[in-house]
Amino acid sequence: MDTVYYLIQNMLPVSIPLLLVALGGMYSEISGVVNIALEGIMLFGAFFGALFVFFVQDSSMNPQTILLLGMLIAALAGLIYSLLLSFAAVNMKADQVITGTSLNMLIPAAILLFSRMFFNSDGITTSINFYIREVPILGQIPLLGQMFFQRTYLTVMIGFIFLIIAVIVFYKTKFGLRIRSCGEHPHAADSVGINVYKMRYAGVSISGILAGIGGFFYSVGVMDGNVSGHTGVAGFGFLALAVMIFGQWKPIKILFAALFFAFLRTLAYSISLIPILDNLGINQTYYKMLPYIATMVVLAFTSKKSRAPKAEGIPYDKSKR
Amino acid sequence: MQNKKRFSFKNLTQISGFSSFSSALMAILLGLVFGFIVMLIAIPGNALAGFQHVVLGGFNRIADVFYFATPILMTGLAVGFAFKMGLFNIGASGQYTMGMFFALYVGFMWNLSGSMHWIAAILAGMLGGMLWGFIPGIFKALLNVNEVITSIMFNYIGMYLVDMLIQGNSLMYISTKARTNYLPSDVQIPSLGISGSNVNFGIVFAIIISIILYIVLQKTTFGYELKATGFNKNASKYAGMKGKSNIIITMIIAGGLAGLGGAFAILAPSAIEGSSMTYEPINIIAANGFTGIAVALLGNSHPIGIIFSSVFISHIQRGGTLASLVGYKPEIIDVVIAVIIYFSAFAMIMNSALARFVKNRLKKKDSDHGASESEKTQIDFNEVNYKTKEAE
Repeated sequence: MDTVYYLIQNMLPVSIPLLLVALGGMYSEISGVVNIALEGIMLFGAFFGALFVFFVQDSSMNPQTILLLGMLIAALAGLIYSLLLSFAAVNMKADQVITGTSLNMLIPAAILLFSRMFFNSDGITTSINFYIREVPILGQIPLLGQMFFQRTYLTVMIGFIFLIIAVIVFYKTKFGLRIRSCGEHPHAADSVGINVYKMRYAGVSISGILAGIGGFFYSVGVMDGNVSGHTGVAGFGFLALAVMIFGQWKPIKILFAALFFAFLRTLAYSISLIPILDNLGINQTYYKMLPYIATMVVLAFTSKKSRAPKAEGIPYDKSKR
Repeated sequence: MQNKKRFSFKNLTQISGFSSFSSALMAILLGLVFGFIVMLIAIPGNALAGFQHVVLGGFNRIADVFYFATPILMTGLAVGFAFKMGLFNIGASGQYTMGMFFALYVGFMWNLSGSMHWIAAILAGMLGGMLWGFIPGIFKALLNVNEVITSIMFNYIGMYLVDMLIQGNSLMYISTKARTNYLPSDVQIPSLGISGSNVNFGIVFAIIISIILYIVLQKTTFGYELKATGFNKNASKYAGMKGKSNIIITMIIAGGLAGLGGAFAILAPSAIEGSSMTYEPINIIAANGFTGIAVALLGNSHPIGIIFSSVFISHIQRGGTLASLVGYKPEIIDVVIAVIIYFSAFAMIMNSALARFVKNRLKKKDSDHGASESEKTQIDFNEVNYKTKEAE
């Protein structure tokens, strides 16, 4: 039973970045822009969040306040960086995949460049502890308390709040309906007076905000508050895209997909603690490959009946009917 | 005088490929300007000296420029060839790593004599890359999975797999030094004999392969079908072309090209006697695969264009290494390359916008001169505009 608790406690901080970034990718794609730059945006957000933490960690601020402020800064950074993608994809009608790839390449190089010049390291190392041993009151609930409110991070709770907001915006607001129409049939949307360009900017910007936060949460929950230009976010941006496809561009399904992938990854890194699996004597690298292989298997089975937004990846041109 | 100048400008735009060339040039220019700005922010005092190193430094090391151009020429071809079919082969990194591993395996585990050994190792590298290109091809053709996601996943799977296999092989791996052992000398590709550089026959093979690819694309039915599918998938299907098997063949060839790149990189001779190139299994995805994307885009996916773009990228990479003499880090070049890709994605549009801007400026100037002349230039430039549009 302790192993189960351990796995769940470790899985949740890993699943939250995946969840947030996949939700971001979803908002971008339902507006019609393929956002392959999620990996870069995550790292950009994580870098600025960690940079903020680095400068304030010696002050007497409460760690959880620092985390919230860092989150806001990461969101802002992600938003600004995603504007580069929206500008290229919406105004310049550029190939979205190529633009995204260039944005992914830019950030690790820029982080390595600046960290090596100013910190003499490959990234930023912070020493603050965001870990929560036990949430007051809620942590006392039997079973559930131990699973969700002990040995955790504030990021988990914030992540679920964002999920609820995302669901409400997606299904219950005018904006959600409009943004979805821009990804399905932008010309029809335009004909009833929806500004497709604006909606696509909005979609990519939301994905920028969520990916920036997701990147910061990755550095908090997975990397102990550090950011490295070398390993970056270890392909989480791409995994989030797979999570989004697995979740069929629907928020709740994305949650379960994110939990599934996070579970596989947690399992891969805690093999030595699980006697049954440890005794099998399989090389640990196989388990590290597991999330990526699982992605392939899942995509192979779901792609045939995929419900991708119809107009995704196609630049909107008013004159083309 | 002015008329003559305009005339030559018009002629130039009529040459086919000018539009793609000028947009590549523009992307490069913007990338370098951005790099200069970054340098200026980082260390203002040394920016000019550093920039000079980046732009001109490679000329002092021509042989090295060609040596480092070899692998990125191959990955550039791998990306560009798939682009012609409308596939985005972002998996060149994984294919490159796989090719390198296969070449290493043959190099260490097979006992062949003389030049047979390195030829076998190169072919093994090609095979490894082909295998890693084949899988995304199958996924795309039969299961309709987006090749971008598949090949990214296979970058990671390939990297972990290769690192694990190398670390588990005591003949290949020296765990105390955390790198592979030195390859025997008969498995290294013969050097071109330029002192102080590792430049070898790899670059010659790479250029020959580019020319072969050019012939395949321009002169064969397969090349024609490939390009037709890239232009319009449905039309080519209607015309009876076998889209699915073409996708798989394209990905196999692209993977093989990237695999060759990996083989050329690891089998290169070392200037120091008794040593060789080594690989460090540290769970990092090969950067040369991503540089290949920049090379392919700059070369407009044209095999001959890719030769020049790979040499150019290698040139500024050498320059970036030299810029560390004045306090900059070589990563500055990766930043420049990323910016170049960003701008080359929409350079065509910017190009026509710039042409419009120049046209308007000239028209304004001419209207000051007199009515009769302005009318003439207007016609001239309308023609120019028409031509550039056609080229797009």
